[in-house]
Amino acid sequence: MLHHTVLRVIAKLLVPVILLFALYVQFHGEYSPGGGFQAGVIFASGIILYALVFGLDDTMRALPPGVLKILSASGVLLYAGVGLDTLLLGGNYLDYDWLADSPTHGQHLGIFLVELGVGITVASTMLLLYYAFTGREQGQ
Amino acid sequence: MLGTLSNDLPALQVVVPLMSAPLCLVLARWPRLVWILCVAASWTSLAISMELLDQVLSYGPISYAMGGWAAPWGIEYRVDSVNAYVILIVTGIASVVLPFAGASVAGEIREDKVAMFYTLLMLCLTGLLGMTITGDAFNVFVFLEISSLSMYGLISMGRDRRALTSAFQYLVMGTIGGTFILVGIGFLYVITGTLNMADIAQRLPEATQLRTLHTAFAFLVVGIGLKLAMFPLHLWLPNAYAYAPSTATALIAATATKVAVYALLRFVFTVIGPVTAYEDLPFGEIAMALATLGLLTGSFVAIFQENVKRILAYSSVAQIGYILLGIGLATALGLQAGILHLFNHALMKGALFMAVGCFFYRVGSVRLDDLRGIGRKMPWTFAAFVIAGLSLIGVPLTVGFISKWYLLQATLQQGYWPLALLILGGSLLAVVYIWRVVEAAWFGSPSVRANDAKEAPLGLLIPTWTLVLANLYFGIHTELTVGVADLAARTLLEAIR
Repeated sequence: MLHHTVLRVIAKLLVPVILLFALYVQFHGEYSPGGGFQAGVIFASGIILYALVFGLDDTMRALPPGVLKILSASGVLLYAGVGLDTLLLGGNYLDYDWLADSPTHGQHLGIFLVELGVGITVASTMLLLYYAFTGREQGQ
Repeated sequence: MLGTLSNDLPALQVVVPLMSAPLCLVLARWPRLVWILCVAASWTSLAISMELLDQVLSYGPISYAMGGWAAPWGIEYRVDSVNAYVILIVTGIASVVLPFAGASVAGEIREDKVAMFYTLLMLCLTGLLGMTITGDAFNVFVFLEISSLSMYGLISMGRDRRALTSAFQYLVMGTIGGTFILVGIGFLYVITGTLNMADIAQRLPEATQLRTLHTAFAFLVVGIGLKLAMFPLHLWLPNAYAYAPSTATALIAATATKVAVYALLRFVFTVIGPVTAYEDLPFGEIAMALATLGLLTGSFVAIFQENVKRILAYSSVAQIGYILLGIGLATALGLQAGILHLFNHALMKGALFMAVGCFFYRVGSVRLDDLRGIGRKMPWTFAAFVIAGLSLIGVPLTVGFISKWYLLQATLQQGYWPLALLILGGSLLAVVYIWRVVEAAWFGSPSVRANDAKEAPLGLLIPTWTLVLANLYFGIHTELTVGVADLAARTLLEAIR
């Protein structure tokens, strides 16, 4: 891909914007269309664009599959952990009212954390799927 | 703090295995630790399910509002005597199979895939428990997909290359089944505008769109029928059971079809109601006809198999026939016999598949030819297989006898004596296929592979024998199983009035 100058320059310009937009969709999910799933997919697509232009090896060095596996698990753990926290605070499972002093704050915080968990898991799972389809795993 | 948690047991029942699944991935570098975590999680689940059953039996049904949203709007977890009983079956089997997994998985799964295997196992358990405990029709579909997807993964991890094709075959069939269920639930939602099971049941009598209701019912029965391997829809099952890793087969064979039967009971009796199912539509006749066909063909085909796991898989198709027969009768006694057989069949098939797993651990094959003479080399495993096999046949003092006895009574009560003869005929066929294994393993001259085999390690024998002894214990002390099955059958039938 070394001689595709236009492609490389455009991709370099676009990738940070895509990632930023993903974060916008993530953190604005409560107010506007969006949320964890969409943000995760957009984030992953930014990195997949990078992998398409600059090669899989570089991408895998920046985001190794082992780290992504742990990230995909930690997103689920964050989601379920918020539920567990509400249980320990005295509410029902995933009843966000108990997370903060006022129910409104609690709902904000709860949805924010849960969607963050969804976003992390979706982004890392998407990348793992992409790695699985494009790369040839050693030893198979 | 633990005192307040006792009200949250319905949520914890699903959350404990759910959280242990990602933890397995995080701890992937220490396979031993992953195993200990899963054993602990399954034992915790068993403790929770026993406490839930106890609460239900003493104080009546429990309703739990997820996220604090009240029932018809939010997702409700509802535990009554029917699903508390099924949850006990699932967690009970899981807490015996997971200790068994320790040695078995180490011998069958590549080391870098072990953590993945346990993750899928715990997700499968999560899905099965969620399907059983939820009171929300759409939630049933979601958990069904969780359990199915993890099952496809589990099956594909078998050592035999054919595991991949059988997992794919199951994936295609399972997805069709799941879609049918979703379409059925969608139609119910169109008619009633709600997804909560109790709420649907309350609004259906006023429904005017009877044709939509009947279509919904047909979709649900066919979809769930695929999942529970009802006779002509059972083709995915033999390969899936035969080529999956031993641990996965033991868990799936003992629990997955049982949970699907529970879903069928729930939709037929609680949601749609037996009047629509049995009087407006010929569900009883169809279920009984398919049950008898499945019972006979399953047992008959099992006789001609060369792979012991396939023998047991076809026998599962036949045993599902017994359960469906009880449900098709739609009497209190018939339902009781069907529900009783859910528990008893889980015990015997779990024990049988675990004994076969022990053989596989030492011999590396489950073909009848390779198992010749193995009985003399592995006497304890062989004895376990024989006792569980006797239970499958229905010999007195085993659980198999208890459920056959109740089923016979139920058919004779209705005057269907040809059916009673068929049940006895099915038992005779079971004698034939179990005898084929016994003959090869005990009387055959040892095969090359069996010659160097020695007794399975204690880590495999103890869980296997636990289930074998449970087969005998619940064959003698029937108060718990028969009592709860009776209560569950009456709960289901009371829903009409």
